[in-house]
Amino acid sequence: MPTFVYMTRCDGCGHCVDICPSDIMHIDTTYRRAYNIEPNMCWECYSCVKACPHHAIDVRGYADFAPLGHSVRVIRDEEKGVIAWRIKSRNGETDLNLLAPITTKPWGKEIPQLRNASAPSQDMRDSQLLYNEPKYIRMDEGGLHTLESNGLEMKAGVYY
Amino acid sequence: MISTNPFSELAGFIPPMAMQIYIIVMFLMVIGGTILDTIHKKSAKYFFENAKKAEKSAKRTVSGGQKMGLAISTVASEVLTSSEFANPIRRLSHLMTMYGFITFIVASVVLIFMHPTEAAAGIWPVLWHLGAALLAAGGYWFWFFIRVDVSSEGKTWYKLCQADIFIVGLLATSTFGLLWSATQGSVLGWVFFSLFLLSSTVLFSTVLWSKFAHMFFKPVAAYQKKITKADGSQENLPDLGELTDPALQARYPDIPEYMGTNPPYMGLGIKRERPNHY
Repeated sequence: MPTFVYMTRCDGCGHCVDICPSDIMHIDTTYRRAYNIEPNMCWECYSCVKACPHHAIDVRGYADFAPLGHSVRVIRDEEKGVIAWRIKSRNGETDLNLLAPITTKPWGKEIPQLRNASAPSQDMRDSQLLYNEPKYIRMDEGGLHTLESNGLEMKAGVYY
Repeated sequence: MISTNPFSELAGFIPPMAMQIYIIVMFLMVIGGTILDTIHKKSAKYFFENAKKAEKSAKRTVSGGQKMGLAISTVASEVLTSSEFANPIRRLSHLMTMYGFITFIVASVVLIFMHPTEAAAGIWPVLWHLGAALLAAGGYWFWFFIRVDVSSEGKTWYKLCQADIFIVGLLATSTFGLLWSATQGSVLGWVFFSLFLLSSTVLFSTVLWSKFAHMFFKPVAAYQKKITKADGSQENLPDLGELTDPALQARYPDIPEYMGTNPPYMGLGIKRERPNHY
């Protein structure tokens, strides 16, 4: 579901206008508050949600991880270096809080070098799986990706 | 010049009673416009419904005393110092405009009701001029540089829209007021007086369509935001907590594992520079 703005929280600062990669967050000409001018084109990247200093932008999560009518909200606090999520069901019975360090990777260093990868075999072409699917989602071996397994460590500052 | 009451000379042509009636009419128009605005946008209904919804998901009860404390802190912080603005430049411009406007309005009312025929009316003429100048300075700063249409949307400063009625009304009123005061007695003075009268009438009579009413509902919104924080409902936003808290670290082991038991300050992040890359 695309982004929407709580008008009482928005102060029309323009951070979302600046950060939106689709250039669809703009300022309303009647109230001077932000709004999504083209919801169909929003791919829910959450850039504006996380950049908004007043937490005035919200997005409904997908129904495959939370039933309809739920709320999924996020606060990305870069000064603390953490990101917090809260998923709450419509009736309030499920109220899930999550907190994790921000693990933004250095620019340009985590791009898969597909040029060096071998071409898919005929078996792989005939398979319903996408190219490198089991490997890249790491379901075949080695467990989940972690900073340690990738040879990385937390850096002071999430901006590389 | 700035120590002369601009309304005293005007009183020779327009009876003070007429000026006083004008002030009362404008006051009633602001009240009426705000009520109509509240009904039209259903803002009061929204606030009450939102408050009830927040109360349902509250984790703690906020006592009457705490609510009073939050109301006082809202007035002291959000209202008097415009602390809601995350951008310090916007905050300063807003403070200049707000205090300039209040000084200008209060001085106008005092001069028209208490000293309509006195050229020297104590400190009030000076306050009238300084208020108008402060309002114009903060307002033009906002208009040319800070206004989001210019700073983020990349629009030119002269492109007008409905949201500009309020700021244009403020700028025109303060500018033409000062120009009228400076050119009083000449033909040009009457031209500026007519424009001053027109712009102030537009400013106070267009509350329904302009952003004038924000000064009434913004403090209520700020107070409601504080209440939701105090009662734990937080409009469904997550609670970051204190990262050094052992209970938090036990619940989220990634924090001590990757950041240590005493997580460092991680830098400004996105706040390191102002957004201006439209």
